[in-house]
Amino acid sequence: MIHFVLLISRQGKVRLTKWYSPYSQKERSKVIRELSGIVLNRGPKLCNFVEWRGHRVVYRRYAGLYFCMCIDEADNELEVLDIIHHFVEILDRYFGSVCELDLIFNFHKAYYILDEVLIAGEFQESSKRTIIRLLSTHDSMVEMAKEEATSIGNMIAQVTK
Amino acid sequence: MNPFSSGTRLRDMIRAIRACKTAAEERAVVRKECAAIRAAINENDQDYRHRNLAKLMFIHMLGYPTHFGQMECLKLIASPGFPEKRIGYLGLMLLLDERQEVLMLVTNSVKQDLNHTNQYIVGLALCALGNICSAEMARDLAPEVERLLQFRDPNIRKKAALCSIRIIKKVPDLAENFINPVAALLKEKHHGVLITGIQLCTDLCKVSSEALEYFRKKCTDGLVRTLRDLVNSPYAPEYDIAGITDPFLHIRLLKLLRVLGQGDADASDAMNDILAQVATKTESNKNAGNAILYECVETIMSIEDNGGLRVLAINILGRFLSNRDNNIRYVALNMLMRAITVDAQAVQRHRATILECVKDSDASIRKRALELVYLLVNESNVKPLTKELVDYLEVSDQDFKGDLTAKICSIIEKFSPEKIWYIDQMLKVLTEAGNFVKDEVWHALVVVISNASDLHGYTVRALFRALQTTAEQESLVRVAVWCIGEYGDLLVNNAGMLNVEDPITVTESDAVDVVESAIKRHTSDLTTKSMALIALLKLSSRFPSCSGRIKDIVVQHKGSLVLELQQRSLEFNSIIEKHQNIRSALVERMPVLDEASFGGRRASSLPNTVSTSNGTAVKLPNGVAKPSAAPLVDLLDLSDDVPAPSSSGGDFLQDLLGVDLAPATQSGTSQAPKAGTDVLLDLLSIGSNPAQDNSVSTPDILSSAQDHKPAIASLDVLAAPSLTQASSSTASNMMDLLDGFAPAPPKPANNGTAYPSIVAFESSSLRLTFNFSKQPGNPQTTMISGTFTNLSSNVFTDFVFQAAVPKFLQLHLDPASGNSLPASGNGTITQSLKVTNSQHGKKPLVMRLRIAYKVDGKDVLEEGQINNFPRDL
Repeated sequence: MIHFVLLISRQGKVRLTKWYSPYSQKERSKVIRELSGIVLNRGPKLCNFVEWRGHRVVYRRYAGLYFCMCIDEADNELEVLDIIHHFVEILDRYFGSVCELDLIFNFHKAYYILDEVLIAGEFQESSKRTIIRLLSTHDSMVEMAKEEATSIGNMIAQVTK
Repeated sequence: MNPFSSGTRLRDMIRAIRACKTAAEERAVVRKECAAIRAAINENDQDYRHRNLAKLMFIHMLGYPTHFGQMECLKLIASPGFPEKRIGYLGLMLLLDERQEVLMLVTNSVKQDLNHTNQYIVGLALCALGNICSAEMARDLAPEVERLLQFRDPNIRKKAALCSIRIIKKVPDLAENFINPVAALLKEKHHGVLITGIQLCTDLCKVSSEALEYFRKKCTDGLVRTLRDLVNSPYAPEYDIAGITDPFLHIRLLKLLRVLGQGDADASDAMNDILAQVATKTESNKNAGNAILYECVETIMSIEDNGGLRVLAINILGRFLSNRDNNIRYVALNMLMRAITVDAQAVQRHRATILECVKDSDASIRKRALELVYLLVNESNVKPLTKELVDYLEVSDQDFKGDLTAKICSIIEKFSPEKIWYIDQMLKVLTEAGNFVKDEVWHALVVVISNASDLHGYTVRALFRALQTTAEQESLVRVAVWCIGEYGDLLVNNAGMLNVEDPITVTESDAVDVVESAIKRHTSDLTTKSMALIALLKLSSRFPSCSGRIKDIVVQHKGSLVLELQQRSLEFNSIIEKHQNIRSALVERMPVLDEASFGGRRASSLPNTVSTSNGTAVKLPNGVAKPSAAPLVDLLDLSDDVPAPSSSGGDFLQDLLGVDLAPATQSGTSQAPKAGTDVLLDLLSIGSNPAQDNSVSTPDILSSAQDHKPAIASLDVLAAPSLTQASSSTASNMMDLLDGFAPAPPKPANNGTAYPSIVAFESSSLRLTFNFSKQPGNPQTTMISGTFTNLSSNVFTDFVFQAAVPKFLQLHLDPASGNSLPASGNGTITQSLKVTNSQHGKKPLVMRLRIAYKVDGKDVLEEGQINNFPRDL
């Protein structure tokens, strides 16, 4: 299973963290500090796996962002690379050629997307189309609720005028 | 609505934070935002609650505390609309984890949402539950999740399946409820549902043997068919990755088949054909294909033997190993390690390639390869492999040297075909990386040298030479100094020359020079300096002509601020000066150390080695009385919370040399001998065991005394955990025999591993025994049931038990069965504990405890430390 997902920028800034195993806040910041030190310092031609505290961290760099996932020793590292890529492709489709700024200003959306890819540290859906469709349904529900709220607000405003 | 409480928009806040040039600026912005959010929370502002929570999440990601927002999540989740719930659940997953009490408050809202008419809200609740649910929540909400496995929309079914995985991991007892619904999921066509259903099925099989049997019988054929259909399916753009339809599904199917086939010939037979097809037909030019091949190889290795398939698998690994992609080579090394138990011969064929990987520039690959090489070593290839590794030691990175040295030393010790080779290789390692060599390794080397009487001269000359080239490696210096002290005469007169050696001319004063430089080197530590002093004392007798010079060197340390050095200096000085008559007898060559007993003790102290309770004691010659005394004291020690006397590697050697006169604390010798030169001889025999063989002569009395002392002192250093464990298990058995009311020996846990129960704590009035069990599939967690027995004749009231553990452990205490303890063992209090060891397999459990109770209205407090847990908990 995947224990946690980290997105770290090349400057060491955290862009997304998701913990599927229990880590206390203190442990979390320690993990982030340790791992960003290890991952950011690895050379470009090396393999994408790092052994770390009895687990294995699979990372992959996209532009200035490192996507890291921590897995068990017995898991399939190569598949996790594909899971990362799958996630990135969905981000790309959703945002339309995604960049780091999208993930900063719409960080909550990145989380929503991740929640459609992984639950409980396990892989959920292999069809990108299904995920995009689900996300746009969610978004339109939010839009509808907003419109409703403003129209009710307008009605109240008119009545109380 | 107060227009001022709304603050800035999320976007503006992020922008403001990003615009900060310094950390202080950022803190100021965050502080201001947090203050505004707190104010809004206090005013119970509804309109901007979701925006405030979003801001808090961003602030949380930056690493600032956001606990004050936790209740806001619950409020948002409880509100009716989808947008509020969506952000509320996100906040819940981000800001909280399963261990927070607040989480319990959300159970009811989640339950309602799981029954909501809007399926998207059901999805949100399932997702949150799957990501953070605790054991309690799992119990409460399992029926809802189980029902949702049959929901009409597949997107809910898949989420429910993953949520179920979390539930059965938290509460394995619930597994059987899920067996039937999962069997239905395995027949689905929707990939998402199929993937998650298969994953759930795999996890069910891991926690429940009943589930495993069921799926093995009912579903193996169906799964094989699904995999065949998938492999032969035409191009499907929705699922295609690099020309393969849904590799994720491939991999999960292979994984489940592995679980089903393991240990069952029929099931394995059923999947042979399709595995062969996957192994031969899968394209290996892209990562996705390799991931599938990798998984397939693992499945072939794990299921019941089929020679042809295994050859296929090993060939795939061979291809991987020669791949240029580092990732592929890494996984190949990884898999070869598992394959070695299946087909060692096949793995040996790739030895040369693997050895090259040890020298790779990539640390991950180096580490993997080194582990693998370690497994590959056997009697026939140890020489060339060690040579390669030692050669590489010269050029390897500093941060890799530690690992490499440890492995080389271990290989040399384990497989050395002859002593001269052992000594040669160890000297090379000491010369290259002596600073990385562990104390017990060079201790072992000293023992081996002392046993190889025909190699004494050779060794001391080789060490002398090595020291000429490098004096930077601490442990090389120590071994050299020890050997020169012992065998200095052989160094000077070139005695015992071997054919392979070049003769060297060393004068007596050259030998003293070397020792002198060791003691004067400012980087030398206490152990080295102490050893050098002893070596000098020994040389003063071996080289009478240098005696005066040696005395001068020794005397220089009489003002040393380090007590140990000062004392040695003064005592040795007086031996050299005033006790010429006994000096030569005193400093005679060390008697040969008993290799077998040393090896035995070391073995029992090494991790991964199972030691039996009598194994350790039996191997100690003459020492039977002593080691059994030690645990006795250990048991008594528990009542007063004194840490075991610490003793460094230096003590070991001082004891080895027999000059350290401090009585070993555990020896039970009641006289505490004062160190003084005049009683030196007497003292050396004090430790000797009355039961010892009468035939031993004077030097041997020394030896037996010394033999015990290192035995005991090193019990601390080397064997402490295992010996206490061993002894405690016998101790507790004895307790059971003696005690009518002591609890019966524990029933072995249902996973088949039984741990001996231990007496965790005993004082004059109270005894605590621990019984252990583990849940299958969760080796990190140990369930402990503690039983308190009152040994005194007074009733204990207000009984409170407290325990503390180091950081790597997690402790959960259940309420005790009562708080009063009847007198004279007429009743017990039981208390269950749950300990999770995050360093399982690396560190043993330890625990401190404090027990408070009242006797006749008076408070009593007892404290203790438990070090005698079975090792592999």
